Amino acid sequence: MKNTSLAAIHQSLNAKMAPFAGYNMPIQYSGINDEHETVRNQVGIFDVSHMGEFFVKGPNALDLIQRVTTNDASTLYIGQVQYSCMTNTQGGIIDDLLVYRLDLEIYMLVVNASNIEKDWNWLVDNNYKHAELVDRSDELSLISVQGPYAVDTLQRLTSYQLNLIPYYHFRELMLNGIPDMIVSNTGYTGAGGFELYVPNHSAAALWKAIMAAGSAYRIQPIGLGARDTLRLEMGYCLYGNDIDDHATPLEAGLGWITKFNKEFNGKNVLQEQKSTGAKLKLVGIKMMERGIPRHGYRILNMDGEPIGAITSGTQSPTLKTGIALGYVAIDAAAPGTNVLVDIRGLPMGACVSKMPFVQSQIK
Amino acid sequence: MNYPQHLLYTSDHEWISFEQDHALIGITDFAQKELGDIVYVDIPSLDKIIAKEAIFGTVEAVKTVSDLFMPVNGKVIAINPLLETNPELVNQDPYSSWMIKVLVTSASDRESLLTAEQYQALIVSNPSSH
Repeated sequence: MKNTSLAAIHQSLNAKMAPFAGYNMPIQYSGINDEHETVRNQVGIFDVSHMGEFFVKGPNALDLIQRVTTNDASTLYIGQVQYSCMTNTQGGIIDDLLVYRLDLEIYMLVVNASNIEKDWNWLVDNNYKHAELVDRSDELSLISVQGPYAVDTLQRLTSYQLNLIPYYHFRELMLNGIPDMIVSNTGYTGAGGFELYVPNHSAAALWKAIMAAGSAYRIQPIGLGARDTLRLEMGYCLYGNDIDDHATPLEAGLGWITKFNKEFNGKNVLQEQKSTGAKLKLVGIKMMERGIPRHGYRILNMDGEPIGAITSGTQSPTLKTGIALGYVAIDAAAPGTNVLVDIRGLPMGACVSKMPFVQSQIK
Repeated sequence: MNYPQHLLYTSDHEWISFEQDHALIGITDFAQKELGDIVYVDIPSLDKIIAKEAIFGTVEAVKTVSDLFMPVNGKVIAINPLLETNPELVNQDPYSSWMIKVLVTSASDRESLLTAEQYQALIVSNPSSH
């Protein structure tokens, strides 16, 4: 079990810790609902250092990224970030990731902790033209600051005008005295904010400085529990729950990051699936009756016949109702379709819902 | 964490309070902390006779759901009406927030329950048993 460089801080904050993807991670501090509301209304700070960071460099860097990912990285300019999928030759999702263009021939790939080894091996296997590959996952910490007061909090630590960084863009800038830090206007909450890629040895001091800078805005530490409820309200996928090696981007509603104007692994299979139509689709499910839909629960049509399964679900702290993601047969995938969720033997009324479930706060 | 002396406990993290002609049953401070924010307390067992260690209901938190087990043989004669609308009371005050009121049908059941000291020792030795 690995610790992040902020483990001592979590312990001093009395966080509830649990293993996640091989890391001992903070699951909650004050409580999921309280932390969730803090991010929606104030500002929260997350340790997400378990995420993996790969650097791809050299004249063939773009060629490798184009081959292994579904989105079109050739459109990225320096300072821009792109959400993408890594697919296998069957079109199944190896991982979802962020692609950063750091320089003309330097990219950073940010991958899920649970997939670091798998992704790395896949990159190496596909690196026919010998791009330079560096895994810096164990050197870099990742601190996410999210919420309506995230910019005000971080602005106290840098002279760079942070509101000049648009959504899905980043700058390398001096923050809290740390030079060339990647400060990225991204997140996984829908609340707006920044993700900071910081060398391990500077992470604890940065965390404390952010906590001090955010005290005027009642900043609180946020665990992975609230990170999950926040992302579910936005309908964002979690790898391992909502997407995996057997789901395709088209089934998962990620057609918008699947670009057929370039070559990539699994393109033929996905093109075929696009023309014939996917049989399953990942949809939002909102409970109309009491109950919380959870991973693995069956989704039924109104005749009680199984049409799919929940992949992740929770009580929405904002809506005070059960929300979920799940795969259903394509003829039941239209928003507004009435369905039932089998909640431990009791079929409860629910409805296919447009996402996000809660309006995004990103400007 | 807090474990009142006048209560008895189960290894499934319920507490029971023996009153004059009935008993009150809830979940412990440890249990509510492990569960996190409680959203629903579902008890479909009113007026039913339930055997010791059988399920009398479920408690749902944001992240997880857990069954509730009878500490004794008994008949469920009341359900705490406050928890229908304010289940978070279990988080705020687990020992006032009784879940069911029970007529105990077997007096010998008491002997297998845990004292506060025994329960606390169990949690310390096996903190993730819930």
